[in-house]
Amino acid sequence: MEVLDLFVQHREMIYFIILAIFVGIEVIGGVPTVLHTPLMSGANAIHGVVIVGAIIVMLDTDPGNIFGLALGFLAVILGTLNVVGGFVVTDRMLDMFKKK
Amino acid sequence: MEGLLEICYLIGSITFIIGLKMMGNAKTARQGNLIGAFGMTVAILGTIFLFNSEHTSRNAMKMILIFGAIAIGTAIGWITAKRVEMTKMPELVSMFNGMGGACAALIGLTEYEHNLGKTRALAFIIAGLVIGTISFSGSIIAYLKLAGKMKKPIRLPQYNMLNNALLLGVIVFSIFIVIQHANLPHTIIWILFAVAIIYGILFTVPIGGADMPVVISLLNSFTGLAAAFGGFLYDNKPMLTGGILVGSAGTLLTLAMCKAMNRPLSNVIFGAFGGGSGASGDGSEVNGTIKDVQVSDLAVMLNYSKKVVIVPGYGLAVAQAQHIIHELEKLLEERGVEVKYAIHPVAGRMPGHMNVLLAESNVEYDKLVEMEDINPEFEQTDVVLIVGANDVVNPAAKTDPSSPIYGMPILEVDKAKHVVVNKRTMNAGYAGIDNLLFYDPKCSMFFGDAKKALTELVAEIKQL
Repeated sequence: MEVLDLFVQHREMIYFIILAIFVGIEVIGGVPTVLHTPLMSGANAIHGVVIVGAIIVMLDTDPGNIFGLALGFLAVILGTLNVVGGFVVTDRMLDMFKKK
Repeated sequence: MEGLLEICYLIGSITFIIGLKMMGNAKTARQGNLIGAFGMTVAILGTIFLFNSEHTSRNAMKMILIFGAIAIGTAIGWITAKRVEMTKMPELVSMFNGMGGACAALIGLTEYEHNLGKTRALAFIIAGLVIGTISFSGSIIAYLKLAGKMKKPIRLPQYNMLNNALLLGVIVFSIFIVIQHANLPHTIIWILFAVAIIYGILFTVPIGGADMPVVISLLNSFTGLAAAFGGFLYDNKPMLTGGILVGSAGTLLTLAMCKAMNRPLSNVIFGAFGGGSGASGDGSEVNGTIKDVQVSDLAVMLNYSKKVVIVPGYGLAVAQAQHIIHELEKLLEERGVEVKYAIHPVAGRMPGHMNVLLAESNVEYDKLVEMEDINPEFEQTDVVLIVGANDVVNPAAKTDPSSPIYGMPILEVDKAKHVVVNKRTMNAGYAGIDNLLFYDPKCSMFFGDAKKALTELVAEIKQL
């Protein structure tokens, strides 16, 4: 019964997850092989959204907690690398596909 | 103000979906990427200025730290992404993926202490931490392998059993921490972090370099999953949408790559290449002779062909020969020869890697023909010129059930009238298997570094 309760409690979240999974599958389905590398790279940039979590860590850490802030600072750097590097490198790849 | 943040997050979530969808089409792909980047910027700025929880505090120092970190990350990321050679793209993607995983891991490490006593939150934190960490250390190993800094797969005795036992250990340890955290020192989370790093390394080191694209794609979806767990923790919609989207899309992409190689994912992860059974095609003794062709003869042969198909492989990329091959193609077209490129789905180090490289040297998109479409054309082809490709044209994939690549669809180049292979040496391909094609009477070898050999070839044809 506990499992059922948990399901009822998080019903909307569960629906959200299932729909998001299908959106992911739908979006990728039928993509030509030639675009697999840029697509993987683009998807790579999008999961850089984890940086939002790193920023929340920084905002929510007590200003006196130097160690916590240092970890958050490092996390924001790494997240930015993922986001910026990911989008820029994807753009560079796709730039080469443009029609002359 | 909270409403405004929700709007920012809505924009972020929707642009990720639209952006990814547009990236699936060559015409709209670049725009799609930019739309995703725009949404990301909105979500990030929204969080910095508008996010509020009961613990949130903003002061000058924090803002300087946040913007400082973003500035550092942007500078390094931008410069690296702009400067790297196109051939090094796969390892770069792997590196950026690892950074995302590390970011998720650090979030877990800091949030653990803040959420003691909340079982649900801890479960999300630890899941994100473990998955992010595995993605991080695994990606670094994948990077080292692709960059050629770690050549041979390293296999501990019974590595499959060892790895599975360790994975089980990591899972049990994680659950144990979630349930028992009240009785454990806070530092326990760092031990879990260390164990997950070790698992990520051991998971990746036994896998051969040829399978790295699949591994990167898999780790890519892992990082997506780690981001999604962050989304659960903060009930943050763009993290959830972005994370789950990449998680499911990445998984599908991974399976598509495996399908292109005709190998189940389990086979890639638990190792078949060189795994125990003696990879170098033990069933078939290599006999016969190989013959090589002189540059002048090859020039004549190509010049008077009606139809030439070029099969590019990673060797072409390594030798940076993508520009000279385009020159050769243009020259032959001027002489009235029909030239096409046959692109195997896993040519290079990543699906589509060859397309990116050839596109870089301005080869027309329409000239790149995928395997299923070019295979029926080989019968009418006069000369197939293979440049730095090996496993994707190995007939053992069709004929030798003991071969590790048996069952992988290949480019059926042996149907053409002549086959010419440009290689540096007679060494086996990436999968470490002999190629019987080279002993085919129709086949001749054109030895030499791809760039140098093709330059000579172009000069020779110009004189005809």
